[in-house]
Amino acid sequence: MIRWDRGWRLYLRVALALGITLVFVFPVYWLAMISVKSPDEIYAYPPVWFPSEFRFSSYVTLFRDGDAWAVWNSLITAGVSTVLAMAIGTTAAYSIVRFRTGGENLAIWIISQRMIPPICVAFPIFLLFVSWQWIDTRFGLILLYTAFNVPYVTWMMRGYIQDIPLELEHSALVDGLSRWAVLRKVVLPMARAGLFATAVFTFIFAWNDFLFALVLTKSEAVTYTVKVTGYFGSQSTFWSKIGAMSMLGVLPMMFVVATMQRFIVRGMSLGAVKG
Amino acid sequence: MANLKLHNINKYYGAYHAVRDVSFDIPAGEFVVLVGASGCGKSTLLRAIAGLEEISGGDMTLRGTSITRLAPRDRNVAMVFQSYALYPYLSVRENIAFGLRARKTPDAEINTQVAWAAEVLDISDYLDRYPRELSGGQRQRVAIGRAIVRDADLYLFDEPLSNLDAKLRDGMREEIKKLHEKLGKTFIYVTHDQIEAMTLAQRIILLKDGQIEQVGPPLDLFERPRNAYVAAFLGSPPMNFIEVNVSAGSVILPDGQALPGCAMPDGIYTWGIRPEHFTADEQGPLLAKLDVIQPTGARSYGTFYIAGNHMMAELDAHAANHGQTHLSVAMDRTLFFDPATGEAIP
Ligand SMILES: Nc1ncnc2c1ncn2[C@@H]1O[C@H](COP(=O)(O)OP(=O)(O)O)[C@@H](O)[C@H]1O
Ligand SMILES: [Mg+2]
Repeated sequence: MIRWDRGWRLYLRVALALGITLVFVFPVYWLAMISVKSPDEIYAYPPVWFPSEFRFSSYVTLFRDGDAWAVWNSLITAGVSTVLAMAIGTTAAYSIVRFRTGGENLAIWIISQRMIPPICVAFPIFLLFVSWQWIDTRFGLILLYTAFNVPYVTWMMRGYIQDIPLELEHSALVDGLSRWAVLRKVVLPMARAGLFATAVFTFIFAWNDFLFALVLTKSEAVTYTVKVTGYFGSQSTFWSKIGAMSMLGVLPMMFVVATMQRFIVRGMSLGAVKG
Repeated sequence: MANLKLHNINKYYGAYHAVRDVSFDIPAGEFVVLVGASGCGKSTLLRAIAGLEEISGGDMTLRGTSITRLAPRDRNVAMVFQSYALYPYLSVRENIAFGLRARKTPDAEINTQVAWAAEVLDISDYLDRYPRELSGGQRQRVAIGRAIVRDADLYLFDEPLSNLDAKLRDGMREEIKKLHEKLGKTFIYVTHDQIEAMTLAQRIILLKDGQIEQVGPPLDLFERPRNAYVAAFLGSPPMNFIEVNVSAGSVILPDGQALPGCAMPDGIYTWGIRPEHFTADEQGPLLAKLDVIQPTGARSYGTFYIAGNHMMAELDAHAANHGQTHLSVAMDRTLFFDPATGEAIP
């Protein structure tokens, strides 16, 4: 085996990795700095790389004025819709794999639903939400994100479930478990890596959503992505608040990805092998 | 007392008829081996008995009640799978306890049962390990342990030894036989290996293309096969077959040699001679030109051709190839088959 991790090659690789990381981390760093800079420092030229003093006043304002509520809305809608989509999608995937529900084509049809550009359905959904009075409710957003994520979850989980040896399930059935118990005690533990990886991407999709949140919320159910845009004014732009709000939006994602990293990598490589 | 009764079981996979009109009774406590070539429907039949495969027709009763329409968990059978089917995320202890937990057995009883099974199978030291930390043979024991801790009416084994190397297989075979004697439960054991079938079974059910060819004690099948297929399947090296003409008490081989001492009426037959029916004998009536000799240590096998038919004879361990060799044949032990149908002619 060729050792790639020796001598100058090692340095080259580490240097390259550091460089790439720097490029991607820089915007986050800049955002974080903006949120604690003074207004002068924000507009200063040449730019101030590091503020003279950390000012957390923007964060205080966000929480005092209740704007931070939008992050909570995002957490609730993304979190609950992820749980729902995972539950529905995994069950559907299991059914498709083990009972050939819907024949050969259902799985393809389901994933094709995910291919629809969201903008195409934004207006019809808006009308639907108006007539059902779901506008500006977290309930409405949760259902919408769930509906959008179920196809993705079904597709991904289908691949992971196909990889579970049938005899493991057969053994559990003979040993006295019901189908639902098999799903819980055999399928879920066996597909754990895939399950977490899929859940993270599902969560990210809902967390990142801007279009639907913009169209379907006004004040009560506003999510942080929409809230941030409210700070761009025609008269003045509240950079410090934008920075602070964005940080509140980025931190939960960093936390999720950091804790789930092991599963995400394993889950993605599992999926990759499937092809 | 019949424990398990199968009546006209049929199974189709689409248009493919995998199991055809299979019927048999298995008395309580018997060790039955289902044997047949790969793809003949053994696993399908076993899964059908366990309730894992929906059957297309027929009826099954266990202890007098029909189980045909019961879910697997309501049939009270235990099964050992070819791939072992151990849960990688559970310790050996929890793997063995799995079936008991599924049936809500009290913890105290689970502990004693698991300890007992581990003792019987000699895996007490591995209870806290995970399956990936075990060798193939140890995994196999865990898989068997998981079945025997359950108090089932029927124990099913689907080629449990086929993933082990030869030496381990011989040892486990012996242990499974002992286990059956110790437990006194009904075992149905599936294998494609005729040696496993012969050594383990009290009764063999021999399948071909989803159909039962013959049922009976191993030696019955070996000595009195119903047809050429059964005769060829059991025995290693396999029986030799050759078309012969019987005339006035002699077997006339296609190359013209005549072997006297045959009690069959005149006619054309397929003659079945097992390698051990030949003996090297200066006075023997059969002149064979030995081709190669394959020593196995205990015995050697010599091959020769009679009018293009490949034959194999069991010889002494130290038999040397002298070219032309005289052989005698134990005529009364050889078998005659109808050349058209392959049916044995008594
Ligand atoms: N799920 C299935 N779908 C279609 N055909 C199957 C299925 N399972 C088994 N078969 C076919 O049925 C036949 C018997 O299979 P099996 O019972 O596994 O054979 P064995 O265990 O004797 O080797 C084989 O020809 C196999 O290809
Ligand atoms: Mg099989």
